[in-house]
Amino acid sequence: MSDEKKFRWVGTRPIRPDGIDKVTGRAQYGADFALPDMLWGRVLRSPHAHARILSIETGAAAALEGVHAVMTGQDLPDLFAEKAAASGGHDDSNNLAHNVMARDKALYHGHAVAAVAATSREIAERALELIDVEYEVLPHVLDIPTALAADAPLVHPDRVAQGIENPEPSNIAKRLEMGHGDPEEGFAEADEIIEREFSTRPVHQGYIEPHACLAQTTPDGRVTLWSSSQGHFMVRDYTAKLLDIDLSLVRVIPAEIGGGFGGKTTVYLEPIAVSLSRKSGRSVKMVMSREEVFRASGPTLGTRIKLKVGVTREGVLTAGEATLHYEGGAFGGSSVGAGCMTIFAPYAFPHVRSTGYDVMVNKPKGAAYRAPGAPMAAFALETVMDELAQRLEIDPVDFRLRNAAKEGTLASFGPRYRRIGCVETLEAVRDHPHYSAPLGPNQGRGVALGFWFNAGLQSSAGVNLNPDGTVTVLSGNPDIGGSRASLAIMAAEEFGIEYEHVDVMVADTHAVGYTDVTGGSRVTFATGMAIIEAARDVMGQLCKRAAAVWDVDAERVSWHEGEARLDGGVEPAPLSLAALAKNAGKTGGPISARAALTARGVGMGFGAHICDVEVDPETGKVDVIRYTAVQDAGRAIHPSYVEGQMQGGAVQGIGWALNEEYVFDGEGRVENPGFLDYRIPVASDVPMIDTVIVEVPNPAHPYGVRGVGEVPIVPPIPAVVNAVHAATGVRFCDLPLSPARVLARLDEAQSSGSA
Amino acid sequence: MARVILPQALADRFGGEVQLEIEGRNVRALLAALDARYPGLGQELEGKVAVAIDGEIHNDPLLEPVEEQSEVHFLPRLAGG
Repeated sequence: MSDEKKFRWVGTRPIRPDGIDKVTGRAQYGADFALPDMLWGRVLRSPHAHARILSIETGAAAALEGVHAVMTGQDLPDLFAEKAAASGGHDDSNNLAHNVMARDKALYHGHAVAAVAATSREIAERALELIDVEYEVLPHVLDIPTALAADAPLVHPDRVAQGIENPEPSNIAKRLEMGHGDPEEGFAEADEIIEREFSTRPVHQGYIEPHACLAQTTPDGRVTLWSSSQGHFMVRDYTAKLLDIDLSLVRVIPAEIGGGFGGKTTVYLEPIAVSLSRKSGRSVKMVMSREEVFRASGPTLGTRIKLKVGVTREGVLTAGEATLHYEGGAFGGSSVGAGCMTIFAPYAFPHVRSTGYDVMVNKPKGAAYRAPGAPMAAFALETVMDELAQRLEIDPVDFRLRNAAKEGTLASFGPRYRRIGCVETLEAVRDHPHYSAPLGPNQGRGVALGFWFNAGLQSSAGVNLNPDGTVTVLSGNPDIGGSRASLAIMAAEEFGIEYEHVDVMVADTHAVGYTDVTGGSRVTFATGMAIIEAARDVMGQLCKRAAAVWDVDAERVSWHEGEARLDGGVEPAPLSLAALAKNAGKTGGPISARAALTARGVGMGFGAHICDVEVDPETGKVDVIRYTAVQDAGRAIHPSYVEGQMQGGAVQGIGWALNEEYVFDGEGRVENPGFLDYRIPVASDVPMIDTVIVEVPNPAHPYGVRGVGEVPIVPPIPAVVNAVHAATGVRFCDLPLSPARVLARLDEAQSSGSA
Repeated sequence: MARVILPQALADRFGGEVQLEIEGRNVRALLAALDARYPGLGQELEGKVAVAIDGEIHNDPLLEPVEEQSEVHFLPRLAGG
């Protein structure tokens, strides 16, 4: 790539602007805010998985000294019932409103049914004990087979499925289908066909910081919220919508965020905190306990996938067919659409069909989790790809390369790919020393490929030039993965100034234009585009100021390496950004610019991972002993934070593969709502995750950026599972590969002589 | 004329073809033409689906321009994490 432009800052690794605050504890997260008149809000949650709420008696709680407000679902406006009825029961706003607080029915164990604000957390909790809720316990459904049974209790008896002709009420919220060609024709051309069924269990995003907010309201209807989220505009919009408040009256100030992974792209506490604040006339702070986070904030739920893939003996894929059932929790809305779209996406299938079902069960409302829907789909397909390679005696990476999607390939989800780096990513895996390193006894190696779309969406940014020549950048995206650094790098690169002379502020909803959530791996790509556009606007203004100083036509002045230069001559001496900034008052006033855009030209992403495991045949425990993540980032603006995303995604995927699962008892209660019993990997559980950044620039972005945050959670599950197969000879189609499950399968295989 | 590819289930529901040639300068015009050909179909799609125009996915596509030779796919809307 010798013809590529050389960058001064892009691709370097300066210290992140928020680093010192975060390592010294000065950074303020959601629970760190306080006001002098502050009350503590706490939520009463349903002890039942499914129950009709017959009555709620709050008098005793309200009478407790120190209690200033008590509320139930009846205190929240029911604004969307009509629209919900018209849509067969499926209205996102109605679902969100009823998830924030139950009205007539509690739909899962942990569903909010009432709330209290008191002068201390302890008093608020005592008051919750005084609220008397009369329930009529209803039969519940907790998994897909039960929910789909002919006589299944219905989570919502009034709801009918979307995407089905003449539907009867059922627990199916939606059916969808996609593909191209004729799979039957493709299977008829195949020499080998493998058909398997897979299942995954509900897992939580596992962010360390619980949901937290502080709400202040005024008698004239203004609301200020301090909140930890993946998008303060999202918090503003949802809170205002659910409470029927004008957006201009709601100001949301973003806290730092201690992890989100998709789970903080919705609201749970904020509408309750605002309601309690309005009732009490005091500000109200709410912080979920870890137990509440597990019981009541969005996990990604269980799935079942039936998959059939055909291939010629030369290793060319002929057809794929999948039926995907994804639990959507109590309101539906699972990520099954993305599951259908991604399951066959990395490969060129001439014939392919995916059918998806979004299934309602009495579990918490599912929320997005990093590449929502894709890891479970990749688990199914990449496990079968591994088995096909083994059956055909083809190297698994070569097999994938023979079928890999490239520019012009008809994607299984519809359109043809633009420039993508799937092949380059697989080649980097094939050529990596890890791929051919020797293994020891009880060890095995697995590989897997993963795909994610990435997103553009709406972003705004501001660029203010300060009189001393430094630059302040305003972004509307909470910084989860180091985006302040990547945005500062791009601004410094544009202006041609020192990185340290750019400061990026995550501005509140009153200070910067509307910006969609920090999600979809979009911030460096999309908000970066807005900052580049605003920076170029400022540079244009600077050139005009220089032209005015020199008394020449503005067209003759251009911006190079931090200064305005007169084209075609050595005189006059260039004017630096600092000089122009200093005299801005004399040449026309302050210089600043704003940009607002819907980002176009998203670069889709591919990652491929190599995983080595060692399996203890005595205990069934699986240890990941070496791991390499390879990914096409388009262009790594700050490689350390690209690598961080790759490492974090890999570790989350390893946890999903090996340990993590919600355990429910027979009554639908979560039995392990804490990190002692819900085991996420810690540093000592995993080796250093090696990373290789592949750069196939996205032609639609000024620096070639693709999104990077979500792709790395897609390949790990099948990479681990394929490695366990290589180590043991046993194929696993059900997650997680906990020691007990692995040991049982090893014993089974040994007694049948198949391993 | 742009080549429009409809989801199979939707085409079945409206008794239409999966692939159609349609005139239209932007997605809104395509939806209007679809609605004229299959009453209710354009309305069914508007505001509820994403659109891929020549391989690029747009979540809010109504005014996105469509070229003479464009290939247009209707897709489920995506959420990111």
